[in-house]
Amino acid sequence: MSWETVIGLEVHVQVNTKSKQFCGCSTEFGAEPNTQTCPVCLGMPGQLPVLNIEAARKTVLTGLAINADINLISKFDRKNYFYPDLPKGYQITQFPLPIVEHGYLDIPVNDGEKRIGVTRIHMEEDAGKSMHEGLDGVSHIDLNRSGVPLMEIVSEPDMANADEAIAYLKQLHQLVCFLDVSGANMEKGQFRCDANVSVRRSGEPLGTRTEMKNMNSFRFIKQAIEYEVNRQIEIIENGGAVVQESRLWDSVKNESRSMRSKEEAHDYRYFPEPDLPPLRFTQDEVDAIRAGMPELPGQLRKRFETEFGLSPYDADVLTQTRESAAWYESLAAAHPADPKRCANWMINELLGRLNEAGKELAESPVSSQRLAGLLERVGDHTISGKAAKDVLDIMMESDDDADTIIETKGLKQVSDTGAIDAIIVDVMAANPGQVEGYRGGKDKLLGFFVGQVMKASRGKANPGMVNQRLKALLKG
Amino acid sequence: MMDIDIRKVAMLSRIRLTDDEAAELGPQLSNIIGYVEQLGAVDTDGVEPIAHPHDIAMPQRLDVVTNVNRREALQAPAPQTESGLYVVPKVIE
Repeated sequence: MSWETVIGLEVHVQVNTKSKQFCGCSTEFGAEPNTQTCPVCLGMPGQLPVLNIEAARKTVLTGLAINADINLISKFDRKNYFYPDLPKGYQITQFPLPIVEHGYLDIPVNDGEKRIGVTRIHMEEDAGKSMHEGLDGVSHIDLNRSGVPLMEIVSEPDMANADEAIAYLKQLHQLVCFLDVSGANMEKGQFRCDANVSVRRSGEPLGTRTEMKNMNSFRFIKQAIEYEVNRQIEIIENGGAVVQESRLWDSVKNESRSMRSKEEAHDYRYFPEPDLPPLRFTQDEVDAIRAGMPELPGQLRKRFETEFGLSPYDADVLTQTRESAAWYESLAAAHPADPKRCANWMINELLGRLNEAGKELAESPVSSQRLAGLLERVGDHTISGKAAKDVLDIMMESDDDADTIIETKGLKQVSDTGAIDAIIVDVMAANPGQVEGYRGGKDKLLGFFVGQVMKASRGKANPGMVNQRLKALLKG
Repeated sequence: MMDIDIRKVAMLSRIRLTDDEAAELGPQLSNIIGYVEQLGAVDTDGVEPIAHPHDIAMPQRLDVVTNVNRREALQAPAPQTESGLYVVPKVIE
């Protein structure tokens, strides 16, 4: 009997506003502890939350991008639990009536696409940060993160293995980056995932699920899901039963462990947030947000294929981020003669060099304009492709444009028939035996002559022309 | 009347109760719930649910940082701090 896996994901995405969800404190990452707090996000008595409307708009935009329903009336609720990094003793969230419901994402799978339902997106606030390491009998609390706006994006249990879960997460990550609704930096905890995992024998009803909490790397999430699937199958095959519980992934030991302490506290006693009236949007406001929607990755990919004639692979690589797509478009605009050459040079040469240097595209020492200047010279055969790679190496280290480098390094390709013929005549005179051999039918000797001519020209002769002229002159 | 598990409520609220207090507070809480539960008898068929008793618009802020660092003053009431961090009894998962 074969096993089926059922996975649903809850993703917490930090909305990239400048100020917090319900107060005017900064959300800047990495500040000195507790320097970005105020009576509201510290949970002082008598303080009232006031909604950051930008955070709500960005949540609506995200909902529209996943083809979801926007609830024109949504409301806030209190989720109560006791923990020192939650100074109010409750988190303001949305429970029965979230701002976004019923959307979906299409993810790439082996044989095409699979539609993953998104149950809901609700707005909520983050908690502070607790530190335990190296401390004896105490914990330290930093509340700078307390009240930072989050959207929680909850999927349907539509994923059947870890690879599909990762594909969904990558798609979602790319989407929130394109929409500019989140920095989505996983190391900074701006995009983190809880995975609900269960297994069942084919055809049987859903099994008991466990929840893997708070993972912030694609690699750990994949490992954690695979570990959990195997753990559950083993329990059931040994005649046991899976216990519904929260588990924590230990990325050092590569195993998960139960968070027993959470179980008893799992009574959140949700009730309506009395400090906030319902949040209302008009259809006009929602339409205005929709009108400001940028081109999404899928649309951009298809446009790159049709408008620039790129392969699906190239289009996919170039549309991974909004920055790289914009960079490519500016390159292709500056070297319109050959969009395919632009793609090849950007992907294989520029990104390769940046990767080696450990640099992001945004830090590229070569601008799209400068690279286009080089590609113009490849296009008009001023230099060979090989020489152009050398020029690009130099460009990475200097501010000179392609023409200056070609000039000063003497890289200009010789495409003048007279000059090339003169070299060929010399080479033939120096190798009478090979000339005779070629004329006697040894066609392979052509390669020898090309090599000799290129060498004599110190690599500057236009190879296409050398080939053509050699064939003509060797005929005799 | 609703039976309140006063021990569970106290645990969730992190409030320590003596047996005497628990014996006194349990029935009191049950009474309060029972009083409110009278509302359940009202026929609400055809009444629009409301999310909030006041029909007011959501107060909104623009996304602007308006608060400055007042850590020293804000931490003054805290029982213990160290290097700007609040110090609390050890909590760990």
